This record gives sequence, structure tokens and C-alpha cells, in this order.
Amino acid sequence: MKNPLVALIVGILIGVGGLYFFLPYDPLSLIGGDTRGVVASGDGEARASAGETLRRVRDRGFLQCGVSQGLPGFSSPDERGNWSGIDADFCRALAAAIFHDPSKVRFRPLSAKDRFTALQSGEIDILSRNTTWTMSRDTQLGFDFVGVTYYDGQSFMVRKNAGIETAKDLAGGTICTEMGTTTELNLADYFRSRGLSYKVLSFEKNDEAIVAYDRGRCDAYTTDASGLYAQRLKLTDPDANKVLDDIISKEPLGPAVRQGDPQWEDIARWTLNALLNAEELGVTSGNLDEMLESDNPRVKRLLGREGAYGEAVGLSPDWAVHAIRAVGNYGEMFERNVGTETPLGIKRGLNALWTEGGVQYAPPVR
Amino acid sequence: MSMGQGHKDHRARSAAPLGWNNPRVRSFVYQAAVLIAVIVTVWFFAATAQENLERLNISSGFGFLDNTAGFGIIQTLIPYSEQSSYARAFFVGLLNTLIVAVIGIVFATLLGFLIGVLRLSNNWLIAKLAAAYVEVMRNIPLLLHLFFWYFAVLRPLPGPDESLNPLPGILLNNRGLILPAPVFDSGLIAFLAAFVLAIAGGIALIFWARKRQRDTGQLFPAWRVFAALVVILPALTWLVAGAPFHLEFAEKGAFDYTGGMRLLPEFVALVLGLTLYTAAFIGEIVRAGILSVGKGQREAAASLGLKEGTTLRLVIIPQALRLIIPPLTSQILNLTKNSSLAVAIAYPDLVAVFAGTVLNQTGQAIEVIAITMAVYLTLSLLTSLAMNWYNARIALKER
Amino acid sequence: MAMEDVTGRPRPPMRSRISPVDWARRNLFSSVGNTALTLFCLWLLWLAVPPFLDFTIFSAVWTGATREVCLGPDKGACWPLVWANLGQFIYGRYPEDEIWRVNVVFALGFAAIVPALIPSAPAKRFNLIFLLVIYPLIALVLLAGDRPGLRPVPTSEWGGLLVTLVVALTGIVVSLPLGIVLALGRRSSMPAIRTVCIVFIEFWRGVPLITVLFMASVMLPLFLPEGMSPDNLLRCLVGVALFSSAYMAEVVRGGLQAIPAGQYEAARATGLTYWQAMGLVVLPQALRHVIPGIVNTFIGLFKDTTLVLIVGIFDLLGQVRAQLSDPSWTVPQGALTAYIFAALVYWVFCFGMSQYSNFMERRLNTSRER
Repeated sequence: MKNPLVALIVGILIGVGGLYFFLPYDPLSLIGGDTRGVVASGDGEARASAGETLRRVRDRGFLQCGVSQGLPGFSSPDERGNWSGIDADFCRALAAAIFHDPSKVRFRPLSAKDRFTALQSGEIDILSRNTTWTMSRDTQLGFDFVGVTYYDGQSFMVRKNAGIETAKDLAGGTICTEMGTTTELNLADYFRSRGLSYKVLSFEKNDEAIVAYDRGRCDAYTTDASGLYAQRLKLTDPDANKVLDDIISKEPLGPAVRQGDPQWEDIARWTLNALLNAEELGVTSGNLDEMLESDNPRVKRLLGREGAYGEAVGLSPDWAVHAIRAVGNYGEMFERNVGTETPLGIKRGLNALWTEGGVQYAPPVR
Repeated sequence: MSMGQGHKDHRARSAAPLGWNNPRVRSFVYQAAVLIAVIVTVWFFAATAQENLERLNISSGFGFLDNTAGFGIIQTLIPYSEQSSYARAFFVGLLNTLIVAVIGIVFATLLGFLIGVLRLSNNWLIAKLAAAYVEVMRNIPLLLHLFFWYFAVLRPLPGPDESLNPLPGILLNNRGLILPAPVFDSGLIAFLAAFVLAIAGGIALIFWARKRQRDTGQLFPAWRVFAALVVILPALTWLVAGAPFHLEFAEKGAFDYTGGMRLLPEFVALVLGLTLYTAAFIGEIVRAGILSVGKGQREAAASLGLKEGTTLRLVIIPQALRLIIPPLTSQILNLTKNSSLAVAIAYPDLVAVFAGTVLNQTGQAIEVIAITMAVYLTLSLLTSLAMNWYNARIALKER
Repeated sequence: MAMEDVTGRPRPPMRSRISPVDWARRNLFSSVGNTALTLFCLWLLWLAVPPFLDFTIFSAVWTGATREVCLGPDKGACWPLVWANLGQFIYGRYPEDEIWRVNVVFALGFAAIVPALIPSAPAKRFNLIFLLVIYPLIALVLLAGDRPGLRPVPTSEWGGLLVTLVVALTGIVVSLPLGIVLALGRRSSMPAIRTVCIVFIEFWRGVPLITVLFMASVMLPLFLPEGMSPDNLLRCLVGVALFSSAYMAEVVRGGLQAIPAGQYEAARATGLTYWQAMGLVVLPQALRHVIPGIVNTFIGLFKDTTLVLIVGIFDLLGQVRAQLSDPSWTVPQGALTAYIFAALVYWVFCFGMSQYSNFMERRLNTSRER
């Protein structure tokens, strides 16, 4: 009996040791003490891999786009697997800018929990998944956010008959949310700073959280306000529930890319900016052909009739034309997916252009 | 355990000259090739990972464990708040995993033995029911079990306002099963000491009773005395020390009850799913073990006048255990690992808290996953060691 | 299933001359305790069976086109929900006009597996070669496309029962040979090879499958050179296959241990090489001993395929779960209906496998006893 026992111990010790091998630094430095905040490379000037991502995407023939597992208005598949929503459309615009073909994109549904690892590892080229731009994500996780596709804020959905008017009334209650999101942290901040108690039940998928809320497991369901309107549609009786007016956090949602490839970051950033500028300049998917003849120098620069803005990031001069033709300008994208005519019925609000009282303000193409 | 079968002939031919035809040379070359292949593979992955991490500018190291976690966890067995560190969140998750695993193992083993014995009952209906149980439960994926039980546990329960109140102080609603929490006062140490003393005394008594039975053949109702001892002695101390604890009852808050002890529906569903699923496998193992004990044993016991229950307990099961323990060990290991499916029903176990939220917030996937895997490997190792030790103890001593 | 007494031998079939009353007296009411147990069981059955039948059959809604038919009090299972989504449950999001390809793969597989399972069917050898080598290639080409005339269908569009079967069958086909090799390695006389195999086996047996799938699905590219990124489904397949091959190795090792060393020594003495001795003498006997264990590993693998839903691949259970949040079919009893349907599908496959293994075991046992 001695043999297998010893073998097992040795085996597992070696197994654990083997795991150690995978660690990306000298394990002995642990004994040495302070390893806090060791960043693997010397700051931002990672070995020049500029252009690497674009080349890889072109070689592959399609864009790998990380989206949610189903959040109406942002990224959700229909029965046939056609994705729609702002986040999905942004990826289409990006694919159109690169390949001149918005269909050259593959959507990879990811849970909130898995999304960052997938982007870090290179599993996806861009994360366009209602992700909040925060400092730690931008700096420690090795990402760069390229802009804001939707200005949002966290709120709560409660049952109308529960007598809850503000978020404070939720003290002592159980709140369902999605695991691995900023909402978990905001909840802690909000209630802790007011000295109130709460219980949080974190689900792996937001659909599971909403089902648990629907069954009465929780007093409230929390996520970004836009998500609340989207998720409310999935309830057995949507009208018996309401979204609180309280907004407890800032949630600027935007696409993120890996650090270390400035060119790819630029492509993503300026595709978004192009869609915003198009709206500002009145360029729509409908009037695109007329606009190509426009004399307005700003329109000419945007549409590649003047200057070589596309070439600077490795794309063709008319990259923005293809992006706009694919999904329309930002306003069209917004109205089509979440606007007042859709089941979500969200007004532009903060997401209106700066010229119309909102905060969407894109740097000029010039 | 037998050594490799190729051993002897290698020895026999070891005098052959060095060259490809010499088995020892060949063996050396094969082994060297495999080792080099393994080392190169591991090195390749490690180097690539390191390079990728550098290129992508991702933080690494275990420093993050000291940082503030900043998120809440719904079930914490040790004090934890949002200001606690990630390391503490790790321990909270680990303890949540352990408690589910231990409770699941106890229940699954008990239920499994019951099912195994019942399958062999001479009552046709019971045997068929037990067989049906096994065939239904073990052929449905565990994940589906969990979804189903989570659903089945939640669905019939009322909200906190209409809580069921089966016994005074006990409340049942869709936020969980709420029990009064024991609060210990001074004098507790005497009580605990009495308890420990009673158990130790009881165990000594059982050993003494066994020895006496071996030597003289006289029976002594050791287990009954043991039970009495464990109840009476602490109870006496409790009275003498003046009731050193009281119960804290839950109070109704705005939504829910606060205070008291609480079993979460997620916890109940997870234990239920793990137990019912694993018990079906253990039932089959127990049945096979019992069947392996020869018919003669049973007949011999019967001819000695032993009752059926006594035969099972003193003759059949002890012999069957030798066959039961090894596969039972792997079922216990499976249950422990399967408890990681908790993440699917929002129970905050190690995988959900640590490999879920913490991983997502820190972005240090390699470190977090390595720690998580190491924990499960260690749990496997410890369980295997304990069961091997027990198995060696009860192994047939060949004379 | 044959009734068994404590020796495990099938009892002789009941003679018709035993009247039902006698039989009941003997088997159900032989003593006071037994009678009480029987009554208790009947009570349990009374508690469980009628409500279940009522929900699934008598009060169930069987036809209808929208969720409205399932609303209202006292309505049981909402089967129209299943009918309406059956296509998704089976094919996932596979493009509608390409579904014939999946059907061809299903039909071919069925046509190849059935004769392979019937012991008396002819051309076993050809059948197995077709099943294990040619069929997977045909299935791959047909399902993935990427050949002239076939539109490529990325694996992200596969789903439902299709994915469940693909994962399970690939796992089965890969894990058996790999498990045999690992088991032989673990019993090898060469210490280095033995150690490597032990570490490999114990590692995979010691970690939960969901962490393995997480690694395979989102972390693997970190360990691979840039740009090298195999298909996501393929990576999960590899994870599942390695995981179950470790379990398979332990099952096979059990069988190898049951074969006396004399068999191997005698085989070597007749001049067979190691591989010949193993392949022709030891393994055929060893594997026969552990057929139940092997099939149990297959069944476990089949059930474990459900875990891929946690990493975002929509297998059958994943599709069923996804459907639950579809607003057009949200009904209170929807979840229960869908779960019962999924449970039934998994149960049919797993129970079928276990019954087949019982059948093979009995067949092999009788042939050995002759």
C-alpha cells in the first residue's frame, strides 16, 4: 500500500509545482517579499507591436468581437443568432471600416465575469460589451478604453407594490446583480457610506439574476439604468415593476482594446468618433451618397475626400464611409437600438450630442 | 501493489551489451525523450505566457491579495466586510466551499448507504423504488439538478412577509431558512469541556467494551451509554453553569428578517442537488459492495441467530466496506469538485467569489486560477490520504 | 431488468401459478415492518406521482402558438414552448437553410452506430473504422463547411443538442485511447514515464472541470504565441477530452490490475513485443473487465458536457436556459417545463448507455462462463 500513496503525494506536489511554473515571474521573488504592484514590463512602451492587431485581424479575415450574452439594445442575438444592439453595431462599423464589409465580424458572447480575461488573452480583438470605463480597468488590467458609446448610471428595479421610492429604502434588503461588474462595488460604496446594511446576491449571468428577481428571491435588481429597461422586458409581468429615479453611480460604457497596440486603439477610437462626427455633420446612412459630393471641408475630411486620415491608421481613405453605411451615424444607431421607438424607449438625455444638450462630444477629424 | 510487469525481463536481460537492443538503454532513451518533451512544453507555455503578459502590460504577482476587495458576499462564515482584503474574500469563499462539501458528503453518504441497502430489500416495492431513484438521479446532469432544485426550492416558498413559521423561532421564506442563533455567554467553556469529555469518555468506553467482548464474549450496550453520556453530562453542566447561552431570534426588518442564523436557498439547493445526485452513485457502490459478500456469510449469521439488521451491521457491511471505500473516495472527491458548480446558482463558493469576482476585478487570471486549482488539488490530496489511511486500517489482514 | 437476489444472479422468472395475492404477500407484506414500509412507499408515491403526472400530462397545455395559451391558473406544463423552440434546442443557431447538413450527420451517425452496437451485425471491423475514422471527418466537413459548395458555419453558430453530441462523442472517441495509454504509462516500469502519467492523471482528476473549461475558453491564448488561436469549441473539446481521459485511465488501470502478471509474462515468453503483448493479450481481457466503468465514464462525460454553458457555449441545456429569458415565452411554469424536457433528453441518452453496458456485460459474462 505504500507505493500509490507516495506516488500520489509526489504527483500532486509536482502538479502544484508544475502550476507554479506557469506563473509569469520568478516564484522565488515571493520569498523575497514585496511584489506588490509589480508590472511585468517597463511601462507603456511595450515591445512595439503596433499594427500587429490589424494585421492579425486582416489575416484572419474577420473581427472577433466580445459582446454580452444577451442584453437587448446593446448586444443580443435573435433566434437565428443575428446580433443587434449598440455594442454589436459598433463592432459592425469597425469591421466595415477595416474590411468594407460589416458582416466580417464574429460575436463572442461573454459573461461579465469572463470578459476581461478574454480580452487580455487575445481571445477577442475588441470588447464591446456595455463595459464601464474605470481607472483600474484602464490601467491595471492592461486595457485602453477608446471612448464612450453610452453614458449610463446604476439604478434599481423594484416591485411597484413594495413601497420603495428611493434607493435608501432598500436598506436591509437583498439585491440581485451580475457577478464581476462595477455594480457590485457601487452597491458597497452606496450603502456603506450611508451606514446601511444590504445583502448582495451575485449571479454569473444577468439573465439568471433577473429570473431570480422575478421569482421574488430579491427585493431589487440592480444594473445600469439602460440595462434595467432592457431586462424589465424579460419579466413575467413587466408592468408590476419600476425603475427607481435614483442614479447611484457614473457608468460611462465603451469599447475597450488591449494596451500595447496604439494603431488598433486609434482605429477603434476614430471609428467611434467618426460615427459621432457624422451625426454632428448631418451625415446619415441615407444621405451618404449626396454627402460624398458635399463642399463642407469637415464632411470631406470625414468621408476621405480630403486628406489621408484613413491611411494614417492603416485603413483605406474611405473607411468612415463604410462604417457609416453599415450602421448609420451614432444617432441612427442609438434610435434603432434603444431609442424611443424601440421597446426600451430610452431618450437621448446625456447621450445627445453636445450641440443638443448632451455630453457626446467627438474630437474633430482634422 | 504490483510493480510494472516489464520489470523482471529488463532485469533478466540487463547483461546485454550497450546498444539499441539493450532494454536499459532503450528505456533510458524513452524516458529522457518524454521528460524533455514535457519540460519543453511546460517551458514553452510559461515563456509564452510571460512574454504575452509583458507585451499586454498586465499586472502580475500576488500583491493584489492585500488590496481592498470592496464587494459584498452574502454568506460569510468569518467576519468579512467590503473593506476586507482579497485574501479574506478568498478564505470566505474557501470556507463556503468546504461547508457545502462537508455537509454534502455527510448527507450523500448516509442517503447512499440507505439507498444501497434498500435496493437489496426483500420488499419488492422498496427495492424497485430505490432502483428507480438511482436510475433517475444519476442519469441527469448535475447542473440540471442544481437549476431544478434551485427552482424547486424557491418556487413554493413565500416572500418574507408571508413567512412560514413551522416552529416558534423558525422561519421559512424565499430568503432562506432562518433559525434562532445561539449566543454564548460566560460558562461556555465548562459546557464545551463537558461535551468534549463526554465524547472522549464515550470513545474510551467503546474501546473497553470491544476489548471485553473479544476477551469474554459479554456484550455491553456501549453505544447507548455513549449516547446517554454525551447528552447527560453536557446537560448537567449546562444547568450547573446557569444556562450559558441563549437564543437570538430573528427580527422583522423592512423587507426581511435580521439576526438569527440563516440557510440561504442557494445553499439548500446546492446541498440538495449534490446530495441527491451523489447518493445515487454511492447507492450503487454500496449495493455492489454488499453483493460481493458471499451468501454463506449471511446464512452463517442467520444460523447464529442474528437478526437481519444485526447481520447487516456486524457481518455484511464491515466486509463490504473494503470494496466500498475506494470508489466511495472518488465519489467524495467528485462531490467536492462538483461543488464548484455553485457559481451557476449564485452560491458564493470559492470559484464564484475568487475565480469569479476577484479575478474579474484584479484581472490576474493566471494567479487566481493557479490558486484555485491548487486549493482543489490539495483538497483532493487530503481526502485521498484520509480515505487511504482508513482503507488500510480496515483492509483484510491476511494470515 | 432481471430481478436479483443477494448473489446477483437473475432469479428464475416468476411462474404463473403463483397468484398475485401470494406474490404480494411474499414480496410486500411478509412482516409487520415490511407492511409498514410498503404502505409508507405507497404514500410517498401517492405524494409524488399524481402531481407529477398531472403537471406533465393531464393539466399540461399541448398545443398553441403563443405564450397566452399557457397563462391562467391550474395550467400544467407548457409544451408549446418546447415545440416552438425545438429547432433551437436541437440545432442552436445553425443557419436555417444549412440544417440539412446537421440532419445528414445525425442520420449517418445513427446508421453507423446502430449496427456497431448490435453484436450480431456483420462487418464489425469496417463499421468501426467507418465510425471512428471516416465518420468524424465527414461530420467535420459537413458541419463546419469550408469546402467548395458548402458555406462555412462557424462553431459559434452551432448549438443545442448538436453541440452536446459533438462534445460528448469527440470526448468518447479521444478519451478511450488516451486513457489506455495513460494507464499503461502509469504502470510502466520506467520511473520518468510513470511519474509524468501520475502527475497528469492526478492533476486532471484533482481540479474542477469548470476551471479547466475557463482556462481553455478564455485563458489559453495567453499561453500560446500571438495569433495562434484555435477555435473556441475545439479548445473546450480538448479540455473535456483530457479531463475524461484521466478518469478513463484510472478505470483502465483497474482492469489492468485484475489481469495476473502471468498473462503478460507468458505473452512475452512467446516472443511478442510489449505492444503486441498488451494489445493482443492483456488489454482485451482488461478492458472486458471494466466495460461498466468505461461506460460510466462515457455517461459522466455526456453529463459533463452541460458545463460548457458556463463558458458561453450553448449546448442543449444552455439553449434551454437561454430560452427562459425570451420575452415571447415567459410563463410561470416555463422553467419547469423546459427543465423537465432537458432532463428527459439527457436521461434517455444516459439511461440508454447504461442499459447497453448492462447488456454487454451480461453477454460477455455468459460467453466467459461457457
